[in-house]
Amino acid sequence: MTALRWRTAALADPTSARRALAVVLVIGAAIAFVLFRGQATLTHDDDFPLFRSLNGVRDVVDDNRYVLDPIRSSVASLVDVFNFAIASLGWPGIIGIAGALGLVFGGGWLAILAVTGFASLGILGLWEASMATLGLMLAAVMIAVAIGVPLGILAGRSRRASAVIAPVLDVMQIMPTFAYLTPMTLLFFIGAAPSTVATLIYAIPPAIRITALGIRGVPEATVEAATSLGATSRQVLLKVQLPLARRAIGLGINQTIMMALSMVVITAMIGAPGLGRNILSAVQKVDVGAAFDAGLAIVILAIILDRLTFAAGEWLDPRSHFTRAQTLRQRLVGWSGPAAILAAGLLAPFAVDATRFPTDITFSFRSAINQSVDWFTDSFSGITKGIKDVLTANILNPIETVLTESPWWLVVVVAMILAWYLSGRRASIIAGLCLSAIVLLGLWGHSMSTLANVLVATALTLAIGIAIGILTARSDRLRMVLRPILDAAQTMPAFVYLIPALALFDATRFTAIVAAVIYAVPPVIRLVEIGLRAVPLTIVEAATASGATERQLLWKVRLPLSQRALLLAANQGIVLVLAMVVVGALVGAGALGYDVITGLAQGKDFGKGLAAGVAIVLLGVMLDRITQGAGGRRRSTVARAG
Amino acid sequence: MTVAVEPHASESSAQPGMSDQPTIAVRNLWKVFGPAEARIARQSGPGPNAESVEQTVTKLGGTIAVQDVSFDVRPGEVFVVMGLSGSGKSTLVRCLTRLIEPTLGEIDLDGENIRKASQVRLRELRRQRFSMVFQNFGLLPHRRVLDNIAFGLELRGESKATRLARAQEMLGLVGLEGLADRYPEQLSGGQQQRVGLARALAGDPEVMLLDEPFSALDPLIRRDMQNEVIRLHDDLKKTMVFITHDLAEALKLGDHVMIMRAGKVVQIGRPEELVARPADAYVEDFVRDIPKSHVLTLRWVMRPATPDDPVDGPIFPSTAVIRNALHAAAGTEKPIRVIDDNRLVGVVDRASILETIAGADPG
Repeated sequence: MTALRWRTAALADPTSARRALAVVLVIGAAIAFVLFRGQATLTHDDDFPLFRSLNGVRDVVDDNRYVLDPIRSSVASLVDVFNFAIASLGWPGIIGIAGALGLVFGGGWLAILAVTGFASLGILGLWEASMATLGLMLAAVMIAVAIGVPLGILAGRSRRASAVIAPVLDVMQIMPTFAYLTPMTLLFFIGAAPSTVATLIYAIPPAIRITALGIRGVPEATVEAATSLGATSRQVLLKVQLPLARRAIGLGINQTIMMALSMVVITAMIGAPGLGRNILSAVQKVDVGAAFDAGLAIVILAIILDRLTFAAGEWLDPRSHFTRAQTLRQRLVGWSGPAAILAAGLLAPFAVDATRFPTDITFSFRSAINQSVDWFTDSFSGITKGIKDVLTANILNPIETVLTESPWWLVVVVAMILAWYLSGRRASIIAGLCLSAIVLLGLWGHSMSTLANVLVATALTLAIGIAIGILTARSDRLRMVLRPILDAAQTMPAFVYLIPALALFDATRFTAIVAAVIYAVPPVIRLVEIGLRAVPLTIVEAATASGATERQLLWKVRLPLSQRALLLAANQGIVLVLAMVVVGALVGAGALGYDVITGLAQGKDFGKGLAAGVAIVLLGVMLDRITQGAGGRRRSTVARAG
Repeated sequence: MTVAVEPHASESSAQPGMSDQPTIAVRNLWKVFGPAEARIARQSGPGPNAESVEQTVTKLGGTIAVQDVSFDVRPGEVFVVMGLSGSGKSTLVRCLTRLIEPTLGEIDLDGENIRKASQVRLRELRRQRFSMVFQNFGLLPHRRVLDNIAFGLELRGESKATRLARAQEMLGLVGLEGLADRYPEQLSGGQQQRVGLARALAGDPEVMLLDEPFSALDPLIRRDMQNEVIRLHDDLKKTMVFITHDLAEALKLGDHVMIMRAGKVVQIGRPEELVARPADAYVEDFVRDIPKSHVLTLRWVMRPATPDDPVDGPIFPSTAVIRNALHAAAGTEKPIRVIDDNRLVGVVDRASILETIAGADPG
């Protein structure tokens, strides 16, 4: 008993000290804000000298075209090869291949999904656009896999390689999509080549990471057994590690495809043809119906590719085969179905016009959607406008005011102390460096506006995500209902999320926040739910046996024990929100995202766009480090207490 | 306290009919994990003392897994290394083929210095002369049983026909006929370890290293597998180094048993020597529950014959276990005569047999 009391006392001490420190910090910051408000605010200047000199970077790059142009043209010709292949197969050929693959990998249902899915792309009248997206994406994925899988193997086998690659991947993972665009136009102008390169860079991390995980996941005992039998390093790789990591590599490629699809749509902003262009122009015209058709096509494409590649990964796993030992005859019968579908697709051009999807069976949701959006806005604009105005006036504007009207040094100091408080010295230094760099970039004001949007969206995301996460963790029925929705939400490319936000709130600053919340909530729900469900049953039982109510269980057992999962959810949420808030520039959010867009569009603002891309990355790194370290600190506190 | 026993020190009898050259000779072997390892490995000279190593480890950080271990494994014997988890026994056996690189010390295989072997030579040795059986089997889940057994031969570059024929033969040897086309996951634990044994035997190695091969198995299956190893050993005469944490298993299988604790050798000896003369309280504690009559031979309880002893008592060799003489002793008042090579070497009174069974000290 005494030992326990002593421990509790020792634990309470630093906690209350921290709390006091936090109060002092808040009060101090508030006083400083009142005293220094309006000073050293660094107002935005479109002609900041650095922007001009960044414009000069282009000249330097132009002098080195002899390196870049071959890359550009070879990437472009790879895309041409895919486009040519797709065009020569025609729509029956593509549908035939998809059906045959579906039947081989996953059976009848997958074949039906693949065939009807591809057919519906045509029916939506978006066959050409979809195929342009597909061709670009396939080219990017091919390069990403060709580079990523070997790198992943290297990282999986060598600790040293992993130590080099992992931090790079960490940063890539938090880079918002927009940050890739301007540098790509700098190197490769606009069109298919820069879009492919941007897509492959964005999509390569999972190919590397999951391959490395798969290689490392091969049981040590198996590798050791092979070594004890005299296997060379090469034999271990080819005969043990690669076969056993095949499923993981398949999953990595699956993830790469999903990320590529998400990015390839966004590269419409740097001239990529395809569905992204449809969405982009529709969003700019606030034509929600047209955006819906294209968004639906992207979702269909995403679902088909996801299911097909996932099933392919399972099918390739050698371990899945021993359940179906087959005779030659059975095997022939098994292959005849896919062969028939494929043949039908390939032979169809003799009977029908394969180059153009028949237009007499098209169907569009455009006018229906536009009508219902109009109806919705007419009937509920009061409510949505009310929500928008209340939140904007009472939360968004005050936060933005505080951030933009504080002296820059005050924001830096507060951020550094906050980072120290949450995550320790390292995070504090990184936060200080990131913010100082933003000052030097001349984008302080815009960065603070973006940050205000991010903070508001993150707060909303966490509030909604944690609430729903708690509910789903407690109810199996709700979980069953939500699960397919969350699954679908996570396969959807970011661009698609702009559409409902636009439909609800028109093009304003607030719309971007809504899009960001819609985009970031599903992963948060999932992480919270996983964390809550992972609380050991024995502890819950012990608490229940001690007479805890449901409410006490939640607050005193489940939530404290899933702290790490909650912090991870916060970290993921903030990173996703930042990415989307920036994309939200397309639907009315100004600041950094808008700087990137104008930089892409106008030559004289190029330098500013480039600087804005960098500022976005700096914000991302800062937010990630501040929240990521929080898990580590709490953990060590818990460890000390135990 | 532990007592480091010199090899041979507790050997009261050399095994007749065996050559003097040990198959494996290990001298002053150390394994240190962690930052201190590099510094210690650089120490040269006649081998470091425990104090200097401990100082370096305390200063630079690390753990001593194997500490100054020396022993000999004779051709054709089963040499058991016994210790609880954390005693360094699994590290030790991995050091023998340098699956784990030793920090200091010498390892000789038939006089060849393993520590100086190149990577290529080392691989050759692993392919041809050593083989290993693992606690968790280490089978390849994506290959059929037959291909698992043939795996070592495949690594050597044998033709497919040769290796599959050999694997089929091994399959019969371990009693798994008819399971060639199964996958490891479809087999029971005992069957999987039979595959592990077959794979280790397929390359016809000189030495088999078995790292707790039966620890993951049920007690009944474990007994079957122990008998299987005894049978294979009798048939094939392989030299075996067998790692276990189970004393009964060690005493049952071992020609010699080495007891380890915290990386150090506590005692090396024949099973009955461990039971009869534990080197220290640690070993004594271990062997306390072992029924001595199952392990001790008559040699340990006999006394010199006197002219007064009757000359018509039952006859047993000195290597017979006491338990086996029990029935004969119960049938007569006369002392058992212990005969080696047609020569009377001593007699055993019924009283001393009963004392042993009752657990009294035989000394």
